[in-house]
Amino acid sequence: MTEPTVEAFAASARDWLAANMPRLDPQHPPRNGRDDDGAWQRARELQRRLYDGGFAGICFPREYGGLGLDLSYQKAFDAASAGYEMPLILNVPTFTICCATLLDTGSAEQKRRHISAALRGDEVLVQLLSEPSGGSDLAGLITRAERDGDDWVVSGAKTWSTSAFAADFGLLLARTDSTVPKHDGLTMFLVPVDAPGVTLRRIEQVDGSNEFCEEFFDGLRLGPDTVVGEVNKGWDVASRLLYHERRAVGQGSEFASGRGPERTEMAAGDFLTLAQDAGTADDPLTQDQIGRVLARRMVRDKLIDYAGRGMRSGELPPAAASIIRLFHSDVTYLEVDTAMAVAGPLGVVEDEAHLLRAGRRYLSRQTVGLGGGSDEMARNVIAERVLGLPREYAADRGVPFNQVRHNRL
Amino acid sequence: MTDVSTESELFVATARAFLDKTAALSDHRDLHARGGSYDAAWWRQAADLGWTGLLVPEDLGGGSVSGCGLRDLAAIATEIGHTVAPGPLYPVSVVLAGLVDADNSDAHARSIAALIAGETVATWAADEPGRGFRPHQPGLTATSIAGGYRLNGVKDRVEAGDRADLVLIAARTDDGAPLQFLVRTDSTGIQVTPQPGIDLVKQYARIEFTDTEIDASAVVGTTAQTGALIDRQTQIAIVLVCAETVGILDAVMAMTVAWARDRYSFGRPLASYQAIKHRLADMTMWLHACRAITAGAVDKVAARDPDAAMWAGAAKSYLGEHAGRLIQECVQLHGGIGVTWEHDLHLYLRRATLYRNLFGTPAEHHQAIYAAANSTEPAA
Repeated sequence: MTEPTVEAFAASARDWLAANMPRLDPQHPPRNGRDDDGAWQRARELQRRLYDGGFAGICFPREYGGLGLDLSYQKAFDAASAGYEMPLILNVPTFTICCATLLDTGSAEQKRRHISAALRGDEVLVQLLSEPSGGSDLAGLITRAERDGDDWVVSGAKTWSTSAFAADFGLLLARTDSTVPKHDGLTMFLVPVDAPGVTLRRIEQVDGSNEFCEEFFDGLRLGPDTVVGEVNKGWDVASRLLYHERRAVGQGSEFASGRGPERTEMAAGDFLTLAQDAGTADDPLTQDQIGRVLARRMVRDKLIDYAGRGMRSGELPPAAASIIRLFHSDVTYLEVDTAMAVAGPLGVVEDEAHLLRAGRRYLSRQTVGLGGGSDEMARNVIAERVLGLPREYAADRGVPFNQVRHNRL
Repeated sequence: MTDVSTESELFVATARAFLDKTAALSDHRDLHARGGSYDAAWWRQAADLGWTGLLVPEDLGGGSVSGCGLRDLAAIATEIGHTVAPGPLYPVSVVLAGLVDADNSDAHARSIAALIAGETVATWAADEPGRGFRPHQPGLTATSIAGGYRLNGVKDRVEAGDRADLVLIAARTDDGAPLQFLVRTDSTGIQVTPQPGIDLVKQYARIEFTDTEIDASAVVGTTAQTGALIDRQTQIAIVLVCAETVGILDAVMAMTVAWARDRYSFGRPLASYQAIKHRLADMTMWLHACRAITAGAVDKVAARDPDAAMWAGAAKSYLGEHAGRLIQECVQLHGGIGVTWEHDLHLYLRRATLYRNLFGTPAEHHQAIYAAANSTEPAA
């Protein structure tokens, strides 16, 4: 079967979208909060429509339920889908991180089953990586998976799992050998989130949202077919996952479908409206500040294109994804700070202008610099793997994990 | 198609070799001490290498290497930035961009040919004293007289103003509408005064017009076209100074990373300290962002995209806010040597600082972007 031209594909996408997908109404934004169960149900339904219409998984291989087309088709589809309600919350982490990692490292059976299920809207996948005991030192995790016959039994805890409450499966990284240095004793598993032995708790954040979760594992039993990649080669899988995560967080993944802000307060024209609501639209200082935000977003868009091209052509190393990741923080800080500055007193005490949201958003400003690997980790990656500067000293390098010093608490 | 990229690479490599041989960074201080900038024979050689014809259509004697003349020209500007070479690349390019777009470009065919040959140097006088970059609102007046116009007013911050044979100006005509003219700088009633500037080898001048009478043939384009011509000239100027700035940032970054690797303190290389690595990581991010937005703006301007002005403005403001910051970080990471006359960093800092505040400051561009977004984005 020959591929359609990008133009023909875009034209058929436009026709199909018009006939099948709900149009966005700026007055009535759809439910898209990541902490909203209804939003997840809605996203699954919309994804199913995309799948049935032949527009799901544009860059995923055909054998796993995708279309096997290149990025130019995805971009054409993204442009066509502007103005329609899209299941954007499935992009991260389900498609851009979890499915992308399975595609690189999963067994044929895992790919066939889970990628296609996700593309049909039947499965939501999440990452179960971070632990309460440590943040950036991911490979120092202490959740254990111990052999019991052919099975594995998991005990420990994970945290900061985005949207795990809404998920069916999670990619869980656990220690399977503590007698070797930390990177060499890890294994990645694909686990059902609702299995016996898993207790899930939602974490409440300062802005009142609770999209993140904490999971406790006590006697969770997993079969050998749940191992992703090889036993004790979990760090290889995690490295691919982190690579996809950096690209996804920086909005540079070909596996994301649809574009546009997930958060309604980041919609186009948001800052112009903000200035009008704050009554400062004619103030040159406000115009300077908002113009800077608009310019910075344009720079971000070009940086994503440029770095993406550079990584595909090999001119930039894969670690350059961290540049996009760090710039994402840079743009977000500027947006949040500018909104706070423009809102002024209206951002801290509510009145008819309803700008208290700018102040609330400011309270969780740092989430962008912490998720998907912290800003500091991104800087380490850029310094060490883009510039090739000397690596940081690590006291646990080459030391069997059970001899490494851990938290005193 | 592979031939095209090979030809482009050859074109850039030839420019690099020429610059290294004839305009080395090590010559800057001498050139400055002699009060020099560039010499005419050198510019003719540069013209022979094809730098001047890139924005000119083939039927007017120009031609590009890759099929996109502006991209080729931006690549030359980046090479110039690597060694902050002197030379009237952007003034000549901007004037040519205006002339070839003008409805009466045929009437200026001889000037265009002489500019391509490097025999004549032209410059664009966009600014006037005591105000920001407002090229669309000249205070200079052009009063109609028999067979031509009489000019009165002052332009300043004109690159190579005291070296150029021709100057492109905008002036208010009798009905108040701006119109552009290409004027010989040796005309009666023109006085050129050098203005000290921050760069060691780029020279700027003030040009005063006092009852300067010019022939009607000096008119460039029509009144109806003038706004679009000035927009185009502005965009070309902006993307070229941005492309040159990218070359500057490339050079200072490479210099600083090498220094941080080779310089040892407390028995270890500077580049092994996380405090230093993190700063170099931020600088790397700025560098790539500067490259990306500049390349993006070049493409938009080359394609004459309806939003080209906004993209050029985004590039100019981003580079304006980050190039100086990046170079100052390089100075800091070099330590005391970084603030000495003998070290090359200040040569780069001078050029980047010069460009930051010409053709619109970051704040001016931010406001323009705000205004453009406000006029196209319906308020929710």
